[in-house]
Amino acid sequence: MMEIGLNHYLILSTILFAIGLVGVMRRKNLLLLFFATEILLNSVNIAFAAISHYYGDLTGQMFAFFVIAIAASEVAVGLGLLIVWYKRHGNINLDNLASMKG
Amino acid sequence: MEKYLYIALFAPLVSSLFSALFTATPKKTFTGIIASLLIFSAFVSSSILLMHILGGGEPVHVEMMTWMATGDLYIPFGFVVDEISVTMMMVVTLVSTIVHIYSIGYMDHDKGFNRFFSYLSAFVFSMMILVMSDNYAGLFIGWEGVGLCSWLLIGFWFHKESATWAANEAFIMNRIADLGMLVGIFLVYWNTGTLQYDGAFEAFATLDITTLSWIGIFLFIGAMGKSAQFPLHTWLADAMEGPTPVSALIHAATMVTAGVYLVVRSNELYSLIPDVGLFIASLGAFVAIFAASMALVNRDMKRVVAYSTLSQLGYMFAAAGLGAYWVALFHLMAHAFFKALLFLGAGNVMHAMDGELDPFKMGGLKKVMKWSYIMMTIASVALAGIFPLAGFFSKDTILEAAFAEHHFVIYSVLLFTAGLTAFYSFRLTALIFEGEERYKLFGFHPHEAYKFMLVGMSPLLILAIIAGAFRTTFFGMVEEALSAIEYHIHSEVTLWVMTIGTQAFVVLAIVYAYKKYNNSGITVPDGTGKMENSFMYKLLINQYYIPYAYETYLVTPYRELSDIFWTHIDMKIVDASVDGIAGIVYNTGEKTSKMQNGNLSTMLQLMVVGMLGLLSLAVVFGLAVRYSDGILAILSGLGV
Repeated sequence: MMEIGLNHYLILSTILFAIGLVGVMRRKNLLLLFFATEILLNSVNIAFAAISHYYGDLTGQMFAFFVIAIAASEVAVGLGLLIVWYKRHGNINLDNLASMKG
Repeated sequence: MEKYLYIALFAPLVSSLFSALFTATPKKTFTGIIASLLIFSAFVSSSILLMHILGGGEPVHVEMMTWMATGDLYIPFGFVVDEISVTMMMVVTLVSTIVHIYSIGYMDHDKGFNRFFSYLSAFVFSMMILVMSDNYAGLFIGWEGVGLCSWLLIGFWFHKESATWAANEAFIMNRIADLGMLVGIFLVYWNTGTLQYDGAFEAFATLDITTLSWIGIFLFIGAMGKSAQFPLHTWLADAMEGPTPVSALIHAATMVTAGVYLVVRSNELYSLIPDVGLFIASLGAFVAIFAASMALVNRDMKRVVAYSTLSQLGYMFAAAGLGAYWVALFHLMAHAFFKALLFLGAGNVMHAMDGELDPFKMGGLKKVMKWSYIMMTIASVALAGIFPLAGFFSKDTILEAAFAEHHFVIYSVLLFTAGLTAFYSFRLTALIFEGEERYKLFGFHPHEAYKFMLVGMSPLLILAIIAGAFRTTFFGMVEEALSAIEYHIHSEVTLWVMTIGTQAFVVLAIVYAYKKYNNSGITVPDGTGKMENSFMYKLLINQYYIPYAYETYLVTPYRELSDIFWTHIDMKIVDASVDGIAGIVYNTGEKTSKMQNGNLSTMLQLMVVGMLGLLSLAVVFGLAVRYSDGILAILSGLGV
């Protein structure tokens, strides 16, 4: 049985990041977009924690906490806006959200 | 004394700036009065300086401030009042004071009254810089300044197509000559290392004759433009489009004599190169007879006087070229007085005749314009050179100088021109003032000019009569500065024969002119007369076809060439490349603006693409830095 090392964590982080990236690019539902963003942020968190453990330095794990805190507040604000949008337009499809056309 | 120098120099500037304050407002008589007073104060200061110099005082030399000091080049704003410049200052300030006063009456009904005084005073200021500067650079500033003011004043009535055309012609012709002048100034600096008159003149003595000749030729080209010598003479007659006081001040008394001043000022240069001097004298004699012949038949009062000015400038250059610098300067002074008087008289006539310029349509005006008649007649007598008026002393001295220097061709040309001068001057006065009152046919109601204008002109009248009396004083003053010599004809008899012969010739010409033009048979020419169809008449009235030739052989080909350059080079290469760059930017913007469709999903996709791009760049550069040694080795192996 192979021991799980830093590389495995980093590969997991990369895969999660790729999934998040595809989600961000392909999803049309605003709620799913938030999910994808969370996946992106958490993939980075995994990398932070793994590298922090590898070097024996707590800074990375602290940083991961900051990311979680920021992500939580971002989701709170974002969901608030999302609800307002849904109340006004009755859907949360991204393709209908084109009022910033240049 | 420095105080007076500064007053003489800056009073006209103050006057110009003061009048400029009111250019946008309706006519205000006080601008004219204050401008006249300020110019008069400059005149008084110049007189005090003249007294100082006449009393044997040292020339006043001041250095107001440094203008340029870089490396070996040092040019100050320096001004000098010596025997030569004080003469010019007197002429300039006196004539301009009178012209300012006269203009208050002449421009009475003009909308641009205040503007006119601003320009006129600016001209006086530039002219003062020109004559007072102690170096060629300052002279050049004044030179360009008077050129600019001349342009403004010729084109003063800019709503007239012909006036703007004449202004541009004068300006462009002067630019051509000024290029020569600039080259001359550069040569002076290149060879002597200084532009100060005293330093440069000292250094000239050590230079070789070829260099000096080139300097002399190029400086003279500048003088040719400003003094309208052949072949750059056509602008002067066309410049008569400007208001008449302008013609009197700029195109008779002061600006056009700047070329003569330049030659006189550089006398130490020209006395080293007698060959160039001889060329100048020959050209001067040629222009004298050439211009006088055109004045014989012209039917525009002001143009006749303009050609007469041209002819007299020829006399001055003839004298200066022969080394008789003091005679040239003396004739310049005397000429300024009687020619300005003649022009102002012509202005009175023009005013009386509602701007009519053809003397054939006048006649018999002496009854209504007694004073103008007297003034113009005396000015003409002075111009013709009858004893004892101003012209006799100055012009006869030129003839004597030519005779004493044994240049008999120049002498006879100038003598013959004196006869022509007398003829055309009295043809003009006879046509205007004598004979039948032809103007009645054309419904004119002439009237004499305002009294203050006539009073203002009176100093010129007096000077035109008595200026000859100053000959000895003037000679004494400039004797040293211009190394002047009295010209003595060896035998007493020759002198008397010459003087009396000249006088008789001139008087005969006058009598002939009066006989021909003071009779009741004169009618307005209608192009059918026998004389009008003769070859000579056509040649002269068309000014030897020179303006026509310039138009056909210089202006038109140049315009066509410019058209070709415009359509082929400017439009297809210069404009096309600039437009092309603009087009690329514009089209890129047009195409890429579709990216901003407002769809968040697309934006996110683009963001990811951009991020990947940046990331790959970072990787590439990172690798390049890591393996830089290897890459350099490969590149040098490829011979880069």
